Amino acid sequence: MLAYLIRRLGQAFLVMAVMATIVFFGLFAVGNPIDLLINPEADLAEQEETIRRLGLDKPVHVQFGFFLAGLAQGDLGTSFVHNRPALELILSRLPATLELAFLGILIAVVLGIPLGMIAGLKPEAPYSKVIMAGSVVGFSTPNFWQGLMLIMLFAVFLGWLPAGGRGDTVDVLGIPVSFLTWDGLSHLILPALNVAIYKMSLVIRLTRAGTAEVALQDYVKYARARGLSPFRVVGVHVLKNILIPVVTVLGLETGNVIAFAVVTETVFSWPGIGKLLIDSIGLLDRPVVVAYLMLTVFLFVMINLVVDIGYSLLDPRVRVKGGRS
Amino acid sequence: MSAPVLSVRNLVTQFDTRAGTITAVDGVSLEVGPGEVLGIVGESGSGKTITGFSILGLIDKPGRIAGGEVLLNGQDLRKLSDRAMARLRGDRIAMIFQDPMMTLNPVLRIDTQMIETIRAHRDVSRSRARDMAAEALALVGIPSPVERLRTYPHEMSGGMRQRVVIAIALMLEPDLIIADEPTTALDVTIQSQILSEMQKLMAERNTALIWITHDLTVVAGLAHRVAVMYAGRIVETGSVDDLLDHPMHPYTRGLISSIPSSVPRGERLVPIKGMTPSLMNLPEGCAFAPRCPQASEICRKARPDRQDLASGRGLRCFHPLEEA
Ligand SMILES: Nc1ncnc2c1ncn2[C@@H]1O[C@H](COP(=O)(O)OP(=O)(O)OP(=O)(O)O)[C@@H](O)[C@H]1O
Ligand code: SF4
Ligand SMILES: [Mg+2]
Repeated sequence: MLAYLIRRLGQAFLVMAVMATIVFFGLFAVGNPIDLLINPEADLAEQEETIRRLGLDKPVHVQFGFFLAGLAQGDLGTSFVHNRPALELILSRLPATLELAFLGILIAVVLGIPLGMIAGLKPEAPYSKVIMAGSVVGFSTPNFWQGLMLIMLFAVFLGWLPAGGRGDTVDVLGIPVSFLTWDGLSHLILPALNVAIYKMSLVIRLTRAGTAEVALQDYVKYARARGLSPFRVVGVHVLKNILIPVVTVLGLETGNVIAFAVVTETVFSWPGIGKLLIDSIGLLDRPVVVAYLMLTVFLFVMINLVVDIGYSLLDPRVRVKGGRS
Repeated sequence: MSAPVLSVRNLVTQFDTRAGTITAVDGVSLEVGPGEVLGIVGESGSGKTITGFSILGLIDKPGRIAGGEVLLNGQDLRKLSDRAMARLRGDRIAMIFQDPMMTLNPVLRIDTQMIETIRAHRDVSRSRARDMAAEALALVGIPSPVERLRTYPHEMSGGMRQRVVIAIALMLEPDLIIADEPTTALDVTIQSQILSEMQKLMAERNTALIWITHDLTVVAGLAHRVAVMYAGRIVETGSVDDLLDHPMHPYTRGLISSIPSSVPRGERLVPIKGMTPSLMNLPEGCAFAPRCPQASEICRKARPDRQDLASGRGLRCFHPLEEA
């Protein structure tokens, strides 16, 4: 188990290093942040002062050397724009994104699994066809457009929910969260729904396919032959077997939501890391972009790890062993 | 014979497929009394398993039971509600499935699966159910049953898993057990061991047993009576000795002469020529006609009805073999 963990983390660091290098040079090639950063009214001395302070007067390989030296001390650089350490900036935005991602996934699971099971058990029933048609729509609607429609419907027409922003937050263990205040929750619902609809469609399809397959297995018939209630047959014997692929995909999707919440966060002005990324790319704020991507890779790897462990809890046949590759 | 535990009359089970309706069980009638072992013998696809599932009311779409009666202790199971039927399953009628590797749920421990079965039918505490489960495992000769309860199916050999399934079938002392080739996946020594243990338990408890197999030799050593199935029908039935010594149906005789030990040394084994028919396009007359050495004009035109002969012998054939 320990060897396994170490190997996984090793892989993570390798990917992070490659990623950081590519992005560093990539952004350098895209353009010069100075043009965007510097106040055109400032005089020449001031401008040069700024350039020197940001290290942008040095050739790119020297800048990269500074970046690596900083990394060695755990410093991912300082935002050109906000003048704060990039990592600190990202971490301050992370709770908003995590909250959005988890609520979205939660809605997707809590609604998607039962709907998918219903569709899988009774594929011919009219309500199953409705569920599957709904999932096709949810699956193929562009995220930003869907977000705008949600805003139109619930914020503009019905006026039930706010169109954007995060609302009131409360600190829990020093981390601001929205879902504990009524105002925060009402701000959270629409973006979370926007995240959830696509994932839910995915969960419905996975669950439907898994249920249809598992329902034909001998052990399900055998469970019925032992006189178990339909509720137990479906809720335990079928469900436990279909959770394996669902958990795997959801785990990966959680990573996706966190890393690519960009669209939803932009549409709903949700102050998470996705919005930060878009703003930072726009301003060529290289340290933030690089740090963001490194953190994303790290999160991905960690989530995969959690998925693998969850997997082994669900399926006794694949318990993670030390020597596993 | 005392009143039968199970009495099946003219059971018909069909599958509606895209290519047409398949009659997998076609007018099957059979009876089993307490303590009696009925062997159902037939080639692959002859409808043995579907007969078993039909008795339990476990035919899923596109299949349906199209006709007939299934009486358990005189009660017609086809008239019961789903809930009442579920109460009987696993309690009054237990079924042991064909493939021991696929029968137990791979993600649930043995104890979970045994205890849930007990608690579906008996109002007992968890710990009492656990004790009952351990006793049942011990009964079928599983060593250290208490530890065994905590394992997952994949941690056991095929033979062990089959014993677990047998233990589950015996656990609630049902009136009838339907065992669907429960030993074919196992090696020969374990097979005969399990066979004789089952036989002993059935006799002790006066349980009715239907033993499904394609192996006539297994039936010879275990059953009291035999029903030979061909293309969804019972073509011949009778007591084991009678039927094996004096087969009257050409198919039964074909089965017997294809068993190695039935043929005197030096003589050739005679496999039944031809192929198992597809239920999709059965011949118009007797389903066995294309393979039957006795077949005549009428056999190709009409289906033979069931004749009930003396001493519980039943037959579907226009030209039964002379008794030797
Ligand atoms: N779901 C189904 N759809 C269509 N036909 C089916 C279905 N299940 C079974 N059948 C038909 O029923 C026939 C009898 O099947 P059954 O499983 O009872 O055979 P069997 O005698 O148990 O054979 P084996 O020795 O291989 O287990 C098969 O030939 C098949 O054509
Ligand atoms: S009815 Fe005719 S074809 Fe069928 S088994 Fe008897 S003799 Fe053969
Ligand atoms: Mg079978």
